[in-house]
This record gives sequence, C-alpha cells and structure tokens, in this order.
Amino acid sequence: MKTSTSSPRVWTVAETPVAELEHVCFSYDGERVLDEVSLRIARGDFLGIIGPNGAGKTTLLRIVLGLLRPSCGHVRLFGTDVAQFRDWQRVAYIPQKAVAFEARFPASVFEVVMSGRVRLAGLGRRFAAPDYEAARRALETVGMLPFRDRLIGQLSSGQQQRVLIARALVSHPDLLVLDEPTVGVDADAQEQFYSLLHRLNREMGTTLVLVSHDIGVISQEVTQLACLNRTLVFHGSPEEAMRSGALAEMYRAQSWMVAHRH
Amino acid sequence: MPEILQYGFMQRALLAGAMIGTIAPVIGVFLVLRRLSLIADTLAHVALAGVAVGLLLGAYPVAGALVAALLGAVGIERLRTVGRLSGETALAIFLSGGLAVAVVVIGLAGGFNVGLFTYLFGAITAVQPRDLWVILILGLVVLGAVAVLYKELFAITFDEQGARVQGLPVEGLNLLLTVLVAVTVVVAMRIVGILLTSALIVIPAVTALRLARNFRSALWMAVACSLVTVLAGITASFYLDIPASGAIVLGGILLFAGASLLGPRR
Repeated sequence: MKTSTSSPRVWTVAETPVAELEHVCFSYDGERVLDEVSLRIARGDFLGIIGPNGAGKTTLLRIVLGLLRPSCGHVRLFGTDVAQFRDWQRVAYIPQKAVAFEARFPASVFEVVMSGRVRLAGLGRRFAAPDYEAARRALETVGMLPFRDRLIGQLSSGQQQRVLIARALVSHPDLLVLDEPTVGVDADAQEQFYSLLHRLNREMGTTLVLVSHDIGVISQEVTQLACLNRTLVFHGSPEEAMRSGALAEMYRAQSWMVAHRH
Repeated sequence: MPEILQYGFMQRALLAGAMIGTIAPVIGVFLVLRRLSLIADTLAHVALAGVAVGLLLGAYPVAGALVAALLGAVGIERLRTVGRLSGETALAIFLSGGLAVAVVVIGLAGGFNVGLFTYLFGAITAVQPRDLWVILILGLVVLGAVAVLYKELFAITFDEQGARVQGLPVEGLNLLLTVLVAVTVVVAMRIVGILLTSALIVIPAVTALRLARNFRSALWMAVACSLVTVLAGITASFYLDIPASGAIVLGGILLFAGASLLGPRR
C-alpha cells in the first residue's frame, strides 16, 4: 500500500519526478518519429498528451513503459533508468480497448482483473486473500462488482473499459498510463470515465498520463498539457496553452480535432 | 467385463488415450487463444524428423521425436523474438524443413517401413508398457508446469503487452509454452499420429471456447470434450474395426459441430 497518499504531501523542488524524459528520439526504419523530446512528469500530475495522427504519441507511451528502447536520450521512472527499472507494479497501462483482447476470449470480469495482480502475487505462487480483496475493491471503485462473473466479451465497450481500469488499479499503481482509452466508448460512459480519472488523480493521488485526440475534454480535466508533433510543441498548464495560443494553433492547423468533436 | 477391457493392449490403449486426452486440450486452449495453433502442427512435423532419425539409428523413436521437437521449439521462439521473421513465416519454414529432413532420412534408410507408418497415423494398440511410463512422466511435466504458472500463462494469453508492462518475463513464458507444446506433441503422436496430433490439441479447445463462461471452465470443458472423444474413438475403433486416430478426430469434429449449433449464441 502507498503511504504517500494518506499524509498531506509536501512539495519540494528536489522531489524525484515520476517519469523523466531527456532528449528522447525514436526512429522507425530510419524515419524520425520522435525528436528531442524532454518532459518531466511530477507526482500527482494529470498529464494530457495531444497531437495529430502519427505525431508519435503512442510511441512516446511505449518508450515510457519500457516496451520500446529510445534511439537516443534517457528515460527515468521514479529516478531509475528505464532499462534498469524493476518496480513495474508501480506502473499500470490501459491500452486502447480495441487492441487489448479478443471479443470471444473466455475470461470472466474477475479473472481479467486478477490478471493485473500476477506480478505482485509472485511468480509461480497462488493468489492469496489480499489479491482477491484488491480485485474486489478495484471492481467496486469502477462500479463493476455486480458484473464480476460475466464474460468480458459480453459487456459494452464502456463497461469493458472500466474493467480494464480495475485491472490497472488492482496493483495500486503510482503511475497510470492511458492510450486513447475512450475510443469506441459512448458519451455517457465517457463522462463516467473522466470523473473516475478525476477521483483517482485528486483523491488517491495517482499520477496519470493520458493520450487523447479529444482536446476539449482533455483540456478541462488535465493539470498539464503536452502538445506533441514529433517534437514537443508545448508543455504547460492548459490555461497557459490557451493563453499562448498553442491550443488555438493546434485547432487551426488540424482538422482531426474538429472531426472528433460532436 | 466388457470385451474391450479383456485385452492388455486395449487396456493400455485406453489408459494412454485418457492421459493424452487430458494433456493435449489444456495446451490447446492456450494455443488457440494466442492464435498459435499452427505451432502444434509445425512441431509435429519437426518431431517426425526425429522419429526418422531414431528409426535410422535404431534408437527409441520417441526419444528422437522429443529431442527434435524441443530443438524446434527453441528455434521457433528464437526466430520469433529476434523478430527477423514473422511468427507465421518461422512456422512455415520449420514445418516444411522438418518434413524435408524426415523424407531425406527415410530415403537414406531405404524407404518407408511399417514402424514409421505407426508414427504417421498413430497406433494406439501398439502402445507398450514403456510408452505408458513415458506418457505419464511427460504428461505430469506439462500439467505441473501449467498448474504452477497458471496465472502467468493466463496473463500473457489474455494481453501479452499488459503482461510485459507488469514486468512478467514474457519471453521466458513464451518459450516455456512452446516447449510444453513440443512435449505434448510427442506424447500425442503415439495415439493419433503426427499427422493428426494438432487436431487432438486444437479441436477440443475450440469446442470448449464456444461454451465456457470463464477461463478455468474453458480448460475443464476442453479436457472433458477431449476425454469423451478419445475414449469413444478408441472404443469405436475396437468394435467397428476402424483406425482409432481417425475415429477420435472425427468424433471431436462432430462434438465441435454440435457445440456450435446448440451452444449459446455470442
């Protein structure tokens, strides 16, 4: 369990950032997808990353999660270089729903949530009472406890998304990374989803990194905004983004954001 | 006592069938869900090369099959993780390569003989007491590994990337699973033969996936479907005088068709 969230947090300049990127670049087949991206994510931040298709948003997430090795630069998680980082239970990832699993996968909601607890329970060990309790609580947090025995594929997209959040929460992560989590989720469920994120961030102190194309919602919810287009175009609070004209610039330049606003 | 149980060779056949019928579908559920069904077929053909070498050298052919299948499993995983070849391409090369080696070795040995045919199409009634022990030990290895690493195997099967982010040793688990497939193939080839081995692994699993309401029940149902078809197939082969391997696989397909038609609509 985390102790940091129960006591009032003291902010110091020296506090180790949750994640730190220094001059990170990445190339696919010789083509630069990310160029010189430097970014600091402090504890308790809710960072929204926006940018057009092909801006390198997902690549950036995958680098932070250690799934891709940057071509140059450094990435540190909780002060440790990502290549040496072993404390992965502090990090959880919510992928785009569509790529997460097959619709016909024969898993119950409870089994899916428990799968987020595998590393924490220990390799080759059986789940114990605290694991089941954590899964029950995580399902309660996202309001899906009554569905625990349902087949995951039979739920609506919004419900599946909540189950994937529960799977991420079950290890009590300090950093939660979300990649376009509301794609294919209806408006009502989206609203519930964002209020859940709000609670996780403000009440439980979880640091959130969210990639989204939905600039309207994102700029209302997040505390920090990063505009990415191969390089980091802007990083700061949403208000600053508004003032500096970075948001307006992105709106004007890209029809992709308008297309997604209904 | 029914006639079928009065013969030692039929007792051994049913015993071997029950053991193989338990192991194969458990591995099958993981393979089908990971879209790796072709691995079983590939390793069966690689195992055939081992059988041919074993027969040529006068060694125990099952040992040859086991060595070949394990080498094949490691080779396939290496090619997949290095990423030089897509999974499918790697499998295609190993499948045809295994068959090619087998054909060449058979040619060197002076052509096909009866011994080889029993491995190709299965000869459940030819199971010797020694084979029973081999099946039992290898089977316990497979089931033991799945029991110990059940939650890890579930995690990589449901969402491999999520398992990676969690810090699970995904490469190691993938290799383990492929090795378990190799062992299972070698065990199963004795009864349905190399050519139908993947059917025994895949078909009960696919049937169970149509009916199951969670992962654990999918495993149990796959074992149940498999045991029913294996034991019914062996019994049918005895009374109707037809090859057991064919009867088992056809029975499995019938059960699958039944589950598809009568099972819940999803």
